[in-house]
Amino acid sequence: MISLKGIHKSYVNGKNRLHVLKGIDLEVESGEFISIMGSSGSGKSTLLNIVGILDNYDEGEFRLGGEVIRNMSERKAAWYRNHMIGFVFQSFNLISYKNAMENVAMPLYYQKVGRRKRNLRAMEYLDMMGLREWAHHLPNELSGGQKQRLAIARSLISNPKVILADEPTGALDSKTSLEMMDLFKNINNTGITILIVTHERDIAAETQRIIRLRDGVIDSIVKNGERKKWLSEQVMA
Amino acid sequence: MFDLDKWQEIYSTIRKNKLRTFLTGFSVAWGIFMLIVLLGAGYGLENGVRKEFEGDAENTLWINQGVTSMPYKGYKPGRSIRLTNDDHQGMKSMNDVEHIASRFIIWETNTISYKNEYGSFDIFSAHPEYGIIECARMVKGRFLNDQDVTERRKSTAIGKPVEEALFKGQDPIGEYIQVGGIPFKVVGVFDDPGGDRDLSRIYIPVTTGQMIYNRGNYVTNISMTVGNATMERSQEMVEEIRNELATRHHFDPADQRAVFIWNNVENYTRFMRLFANIRLFIWVIGIGTIIAGIVGVSNIMMIVVKERTKEIGIRKSLGATPRSIIGLVLMESILITSFAGYIGLVLGVGLLELVSKNLPVIDYFAHPEVNIHIALGATFILILSGAVAGFVPARNASSVKPVVALRDE
Repeated sequence: MISLKGIHKSYVNGKNRLHVLKGIDLEVESGEFISIMGSSGSGKSTLLNIVGILDNYDEGEFRLGGEVIRNMSERKAAWYRNHMIGFVFQSFNLISYKNAMENVAMPLYYQKVGRRKRNLRAMEYLDMMGLREWAHHLPNELSGGQKQRLAIARSLISNPKVILADEPTGALDSKTSLEMMDLFKNINNTGITILIVTHERDIAAETQRIIRLRDGVIDSIVKNGERKKWLSEQVMA
Repeated sequence: MFDLDKWQEIYSTIRKNKLRTFLTGFSVAWGIFMLIVLLGAGYGLENGVRKEFEGDAENTLWINQGVTSMPYKGYKPGRSIRLTNDDHQGMKSMNDVEHIASRFIIWETNTISYKNEYGSFDIFSAHPEYGIIECARMVKGRFLNDQDVTERRKSTAIGKPVEEALFKGQDPIGEYIQVGGIPFKVVGVFDDPGGDRDLSRIYIPVTTGQMIYNRGNYVTNISMTVGNATMERSQEMVEEIRNELATRHHFDPADQRAVFIWNNVENYTRFMRLFANIRLFIWVIGIGTIIAGIVGVSNIMMIVVKERTKEIGIRKSLGATPRSIIGLVLMESILITSFAGYIGLVLGVGLLELVSKNLPVIDYFAHPEVNIHIALGATFILILSGAVAGFVPARNASSVKPVVALRDE
């Protein structure tokens, strides 16, 4: 699903050149649930932004669903973001003057789905997240957990292949964080590939594979044994 | 364009920033208001001057007799030049002469009466074409005609005030009025946009007048319309006429006092050219004012884009195309300018209407107005200016990189 080969990325700030990613090689299979860990400045968010086509890269090759993503026009990038990728952010990034339902329906607006139809779909997803009765509330009337579930509903509504989550639990308490991870697992079980950037061990422990970044290179890739065992139990049951 | 979501979004941003939107709109409304008022005032001036010309046809030449001021071929200066029927006939055959008429006037000294009603009015002995030159409009009956002239009939066309004074509501057509003791048959009643000055008179055939008042073949004034001749051609004609009269009456063609020729075409064209220039000037000022408004709107839209950078980033991450972002900003800009401009337009036109209705009659200013073309033109300028004002900010918005826009500050 995602294939990264020798990805380099630097930021130029005046005369300073900050080499953030120094050759990343990574293969992510369809349906995987992966976390990216690392201290701040290790390049994990940059990596996620490149995978989400929110940012470009300097060197290497990045394929998404088999297509090479490189020097893409904004128009085409918009299409990929809209049809292939769902984003979940630490700060939720909801539009403050739109109510919950309208926020969830936004990606469908850019797919040119009619108003009535997309609001209906948005209500289904809100229902799924247990937010039906909050449909007509503005984001600032919701709790942190509710906001993040809203953002997840929004990321799911366009039936993406990949969900990219940047510190999705960063602004939530630990109980809500674990609820959120259960939600991600359920989504993963429907076959959607998920990449989470986090610096919390507990959160990473819930994923199948942990990619640890250090100074712009992959330090280690750990397959999560517990997670595998848990999966096999699911199959047996 | 008729996408409810887009309108809703624009509405909600406008509602969040009422004061800012108001101030932006105000600058545009003011620009349009000024343009309309200036243009209206310009037209008022033009209408006023046009009205001064209205009494007579605009394409006229008037030839009045004078007294020579230069010696010529043995003749001393100080000789009166008297125009005659021959001069009339001579000019009639000139190129570009459309209608030509001669006249002489018996001023108010003669009492004109009908039964027991009396009044003193001017008596104009003239050719039928004089009615066209004076822009007389028939209310009843007819004006003088060629037969009246050739047969020296005692027929007369009377002005509306004359009718009112003598006939007191009775139908005057076919009745006889006494002009200096001679009965004249009333053939028509006329009105004249020139007002009272051009109305308190009666017209009688020039030949009849010459006979009754012992004028022989003399007239005092010859006037003509010149069709669509240009100003340059009219000036040429003036020279031709002067030369011809100089030959016939033996005076120096350079003598400006022997005959006085008033070239209305020249004056009219001069005034119209002056107004074309004034109008141009007004447009320049008005458009300058609007440009100031556009810059204001553009600035505000820049700020709007800056403030909404994060939102634009979110939208882009959800799949918004650059075009849809441009559309959002442009639409808001066009909406504000069009709406505010429309208000300015309405206020401007309203003010002009108010002034036009309550304006006392004064010289050289009448009916300030803007015509439909100007209003449409202004509307077009509005929409265009909205688009121009929104263009740069919209382009900035669309080129925002999502990763930059989404960065937490």
